[in-house]
Amino acid sequence: MTRKGRRLALIGSAVGLMALAVGLILFALKDNIVFFYAPAELAEKGVQPGTRLRIGGLVKQGTVERAPGKPISFTVTDNVKDVAVTYDGLLPDLFREGQGVVVEGVLETKDTFRADSVLAKHDETYMPREVADALKKQGLWRGGTAQNGPPTTQSQGSP
Amino acid sequence: MVVEAGHFALVLALALALVQAVVPFWGAQTGDGQLMSVARPAALVIFGLVAVAFAALMYAHVVSDFSLVNVFENSHSAKPLVYKISGVWGNHEGSMILWVFILALFGALVALFGRGMPDQLRANALAAQGFLAATFILFILLTSNPFARLVPAPIEGRDLNPILQDPGLAIHPPLLYLGYVGFSIAFSFAVAALVDGRIDAAWARWVRPWVLTAWIFLTLGIAMGSYWAYYTLGWGGFWFWDPVENASLMPWLAGTALLHSATVMEKRDALKVWTIFLAILAFSLSLLGTFLVRSGVLTSVHAFASDPTRGIFILAILVLFIGGSLTLYAWRGPRLKPGGIFAPVSREGALVLNNLLLTTACLTVFVGTLYPLALEALTKDKISVGPPFYALTFGPVALVLLCALPFGPSLAWKRGELLGVAQRLSVAAAAALAIALLIVSLRRHGPILAPLGVGVAVFIILGSLIDIGGRVVKRGASLSVTWSRAIGLPRSIWGTAAAHVGLGVTVLGLAATVWGVELIVTARAGNTFDLGPYQVTIADVASREGPNYRETYAEAIVRSGGVIVAHVEPAKRFFSSRQTSTTQAGIVTLGLGQVYISLGDANADGTMAVRLYWKPLVTLIWIGAMIMAFGGALSLSDRRMRIGVARRAVTARQLPQPAE
Repeated sequence: MTRKGRRLALIGSAVGLMALAVGLILFALKDNIVFFYAPAELAEKGVQPGTRLRIGGLVKQGTVERAPGKPISFTVTDNVKDVAVTYDGLLPDLFREGQGVVVEGVLETKDTFRADSVLAKHDETYMPREVADALKKQGLWRGGTAQNGPPTTQSQGSP
Repeated sequence: MVVEAGHFALVLALALALVQAVVPFWGAQTGDGQLMSVARPAALVIFGLVAVAFAALMYAHVVSDFSLVNVFENSHSAKPLVYKISGVWGNHEGSMILWVFILALFGALVALFGRGMPDQLRANALAAQGFLAATFILFILLTSNPFARLVPAPIEGRDLNPILQDPGLAIHPPLLYLGYVGFSIAFSFAVAALVDGRIDAAWARWVRPWVLTAWIFLTLGIAMGSYWAYYTLGWGGFWFWDPVENASLMPWLAGTALLHSATVMEKRDALKVWTIFLAILAFSLSLLGTFLVRSGVLTSVHAFASDPTRGIFILAILVLFIGGSLTLYAWRGPRLKPGGIFAPVSREGALVLNNLLLTTACLTVFVGTLYPLALEALTKDKISVGPPFYALTFGPVALVLLCALPFGPSLAWKRGELLGVAQRLSVAAAAALAIALLIVSLRRHGPILAPLGVGVAVFIILGSLIDIGGRVVKRGASLSVTWSRAIGLPRSIWGTAAAHVGLGVTVLGLAATVWGVELIVTARAGNTFDLGPYQVTIADVASREGPNYRETYAEAIVRSGGVIVAHVEPAKRFFSSRQTSTTQAGIVTLGLGQVYISLGDANADGTMAVRLYWKPLVTLIWIGAMIMAFGGALSLSDRRMRIGVARRAVTARQLPQPAE
């Protein structure tokens, strides 16, 4: 092979590989991204049951039920709509009633949700950023800006 | 007083860094040796000044001087001493000081050990280093001053985030920063070479030890971070494809590519322009990581503060350095004399393939990390990109890379023989295939990933050992001859083999995760559960006081066939000063696997949710990373890597020139 030929082969294989990677990325992005909704948005968008989602909001006061041998159940609310969530697993350290939470899982019916991971991912005002944004959008944000020390914990149940 | 001295030292360091950024550069442009020689003492004194500032902040934390906002917000008088010290960088301001401290340390090391290189190159590189230092010190002083006072001084502090009250905090950030910031040297040298418009194989010889050093620390830092997450989060995961983790993986991938391409440049005087690009890329990704983590764009345990002015300042730094260096690259890069071209089937060819695959893998992580941020900024849609995305994109690329890896070191430089190499590796390939098939036949219904991963791991480990064996063992040679051949082999070859074996070991540990056992149970004292090959009994549940927390703990006994093999004490701690709790998983290492127990919430009827895991071979993931780092260190200790040798090689090459 000539010098020029070799160089072209090198550039060609590099471009080919990159194109392949971009193809893979686009393919993966089509099916493997998970959208985030607040309960009100969920009702608004009319998401089909069976869709994989993240839902964020506040854990409604007095709705957390733990019974031995049964999944934990609680209600996630944005003070407009509620979504009933079931979750079989250990809750993260920062999970609390009245505070922010993000759950990931599958929508079972229009307003029930089976979570396989619960993320209490937030700063010290106990508000996940996504949830804070969603509440602001609904006009329900009650101030309080985060200054420091946001801890994260995450928890996953058995699939 | 001490605190003010520290503050003043930091301001002085800023002034001196500006001098270091301008004067040596001007000297290099005009050929003025005196101006260029300002760089070395300046770099050393800046290091001293930043060290004073760092020590002053540490002193304030140790004596619990709550008149400092930084100490008040992140410390508590009852906190154990080790966390008072490591708590210095357990917050935004302090971690930026640590960043600059390590930057200054590397600058000083270049000044000390950079005697052999051309004056202009050193002056320009140190000027670039000074520019970096000046920018980051300015950032600290303007937006994140750790020396800010509080009047009146509070009596007690707010305590450190309990998740960070862990020995991991003392180790993980310094290691990671040594890695991140270590790439700044490669960056500065790349910028210096571009400014100079000249580059040769000697450049690679000067830069490679610094890249290798940074790479070793980054490898250890990532592994340490992963192990910390594993034992502290309480659900046994060690890698989450979280943007914060990706932020450290991207520079590692680019740095690994740089390490390999610099070898080609050193040995064959080729891939020069590409190597410069990788040097810029590796540090740019480190800066991007700093931006993602420190700007509050992402919510995570690493994002200490979400003050918008800081985010904008860091973004400006990012644009300045990445944009500036890439512009310089586009402008001056074409002027650099390109290196030679080579046969596709050769060591160089294999290393090019390595580089292509590593940068492609880096690209997939980059898109997965930044696409959600970009989409949110553009359309307000919030999405998350999780493990399935990376399994489809990063996975195949990594698999091809791992399968091709053993061929690289076995191929000869210039012109390799693929057939001969394939023959030599056939033993390894056959063994890998046999083991993979054995696993498939034993566990017919298990996921395909496990036998595949184990097969690839065996292929890499055996392939690397066969390569070393081929170099050492000659047919008919006596044992002593073989021994002396082994001793005579350059350490960099041993280092390469060790690093590759380490990667194989890590892959083996990753593949074995598939065979893990996970149980989520509601337990009360006295219950026994079967967990893989072991039986776990929750013997007792009780509470006790710690220095600044209260904990509920369980005494668990692990038995194997009736014989007690271990006692484990998982706990849940409650920190009253921050009203938060943390999970202390009970972990015991049995062989290469681990039994992992973490406590959940107590139920009303006195039972408790408990997670039990058996994780076979899990320790191999981190042992492999340590072997990789050891391989890097072995390579670093190679005679040829020493800077003095590089100097002699240069003078030897320059000597014949006057005779022309």
